[in-house]
Amino acid sequence: MTSTLTISRLTKTFGGVRALSDVSLRVNPGERVALLGHNGAGKSTLMKVILGLIAPDSGDISVCGGAPGKAQARDRVAYLPENAAFHSALTGLEQVTYYMRLRRENPAGAMDLLARVGLADAAKRRIGTYSKGMRQRVGLAQALIGHPSLLVLDEPTSGLDPVSRRDFYELLDTLAAEGAAILLSSHALTEVEARTDRLLILSGGKLVAEGSMPDLRRDADLPVAININAVNGYASDIMAALPNAIRHNGALHLTCAQDEKLDTLARISKLQGKVADIDVVPPSLEDIYSHFSRRDGQ
Amino acid sequence: MITRILATVITETNIARRNQWVLIAVLLMVLFSLVLSAAGSAPTGALGADRLSVIVASLTSLSVYLVPLVALLMSFDAVAGEVERGTLPLLLTYPVARWEVLAGKLLAHTAILVIAIVAGYGAAAVIAIAADPASVSGLGALWRLTWSSVLLGATFLGIGYALSSLARRSSGAAGLAIGLWLALVVLYDLGLLAAVVADNGGTFTTRVFPSALLANPADAFRLFNLTASQSASVAAGIGSAAASIPLWQSLCSILLWPIASLGVAALAFRSVEP
Repeated sequence: MTSTLTISRLTKTFGGVRALSDVSLRVNPGERVALLGHNGAGKSTLMKVILGLIAPDSGDISVCGGAPGKAQARDRVAYLPENAAFHSALTGLEQVTYYMRLRRENPAGAMDLLARVGLADAAKRRIGTYSKGMRQRVGLAQALIGHPSLLVLDEPTSGLDPVSRRDFYELLDTLAAEGAAILLSSHALTEVEARTDRLLILSGGKLVAEGSMPDLRRDADLPVAININAVNGYASDIMAALPNAIRHNGALHLTCAQDEKLDTLARISKLQGKVADIDVVPPSLEDIYSHFSRRDGQ
Repeated sequence: MITRILATVITETNIARRNQWVLIAVLLMVLFSLVLSAAGSAPTGALGADRLSVIVASLTSLSVYLVPLVALLMSFDAVAGEVERGTLPLLLTYPVARWEVLAGKLLAHTAILVIAIVAGYGAAAVIAIAADPASVSGLGALWRLTWSSVLLGATFLGIGYALSSLARRSSGAAGLAIGLWLALVVLYDLGLLAAVVADNGGTFTTRVFPSALLANPADAFRLFNLTASQSASVAAGIGSAAASIPLWQSLCSILLWPIASLGVAALAFRSVEP
C-alpha cells in the first residue's frame, strides 16, 4: 500500500534550536494517527512542514505523492489549525463559501457542510459573534471540503464540549473509512487512545515512541500497582508474605513488573481469608506518555 | 485561476462593506469634491477657463492627498491583519497562489476606490455643468483625472500591501503607512522646495528637480494632470515646473508606478513566512 504521507529523517532548526530532529514516519490511507507531545515538542512545526508552510532543513517528505506545499499536495490536503481563526466580519457561510471556491467546489454545498458540524442555525451570523467551539467547527467544516486524502488536524477537539467531541470522532471514522489518512495532535490521551489506530510521541523534536496503545504499553513495561485491603488483624501476615508491600492509610500497596503480575496474584490468592479486597491498577495512559516523553531526561 | 481570484474579490468586498470602508471612502471623496467645487468657483471669470477645468485643477491637488490616504488605509491591514488574526497559515494551505490572493485583494480595493473617485468627481462635474453648461469642455480633463487617480490609488495600494507584508503587525503597518504618506505626499515637496530655494537656479533646479518630481508617484500624478490640461496657470505650487517636463515622461511615471509597487508587494508577500 502506498502511504499518503511519508517522512524520512526530517530535521528543522530555528536559530540554532532543533525543533525537529531526524523524524521519520508514515501515515497510510484510512489510518488515524495521533501525534502526542507536550507544548514545544515540535507537533505544530511538524504539521507546518507537512503543509509546506515551513521548509525543512533536511529530510524527505512525500505528501500524496508530491512535495509538500506544491499544488498537487495542496489540492488533496486539508488543515485545521490550532485555535482556528477567521475574519470576524464574515459570516460562517461566507467563510466556508470562500474556501469552497478556492478548492473549486460548488459553494451551494456550504450550508450542508455547516449543518454537518452543527452550525446550520448560526451560518448567517458573523463569526465575530461565535464562541471558541463554534469557530473550531467552522475550522472543521472547511477541513471537510472536497474529500481530502490527508487531514492534518492540530488539536481539533480543543474548545469542543464532550458531545461535540464524540460527534467529531464519528466524523473522523467516516472519513477514514472512505480512505482518508488522518494525522491529529492532541493532549487528550483518553480520547485518542480509543479513537485512533496508532500513536506517535514527540519529545524535544524527536520521535520517541510509535505504535498502537497495547504496543506502547508493552514497550513501556511500567510496573503494575496492586492495592490490598487486609481482613482486620491480618495486615502483618500479608506483609510478611509479600515483603515488597508498604502500608499506607490502612491499606497495603505493592508494585510489580508486568511479567511478574500473575505470580504475584498467585501469591496473594494463597492468602485467601486474610485479604478482604484487592485492586490491580495498570499503568495509566498518562504514566505511559510521561515514560516516553521524559526518556531523554526532560 | 480566475475562480480563485474572484473568490478573494467577493470575500474582500464583503469585508470592506461590513467595515464601512466603501461608505467612508465614498463620503470622503464626495464631501471634499463638493467643498472644492464651491470654493473653486470664484476664480473662473478672471481666468477665462470653464468652470469644470478650474475644478479639475483643484481636484488634482485634493486627490494627491486623499487618494493615497484612502488607498493606504484600505491596504495596510491586508497582510498584517491576516498574520495577526492567524488566518494566513490556513489560507496558504489552500490550492491558491499568493499572487492570486493579492490580486483578489487589489481588485476589490481598486473597485472601491473607483466607486469613491467616480462618486466624488461625478458630483463635482454635475454641479459644474449645472451651473455653467460650457463646462462640458472640461470633461476630457476630468476623465484623465479619473483614470490617473485610479492608477495613483493602485500604486499606493501596492505600497500598502508591501508595508503590510514587511511589518507583519497591523499597528506597525499602520504607522509605516502614515509615515510613508507624510513623506511622499507632504514632506517630499517641502524638501524639494527648500532645495530649489537654496539652489537658486543652479544644477539642482535644472537637472535633479525634474527627475525628483517624476520619481514620486504623487508628484508625477499632479504633473501629468496639470501639464495635460494646461491648467498650470490656475494651479499654485509646482505649476511652473510642469511646463519644463514633457507630458510623456509624467505619463510613463504614473503608468510604471503601479506595476513597480505591486511587483514589490508581491515579492514582499512571498517572503512572509506564516
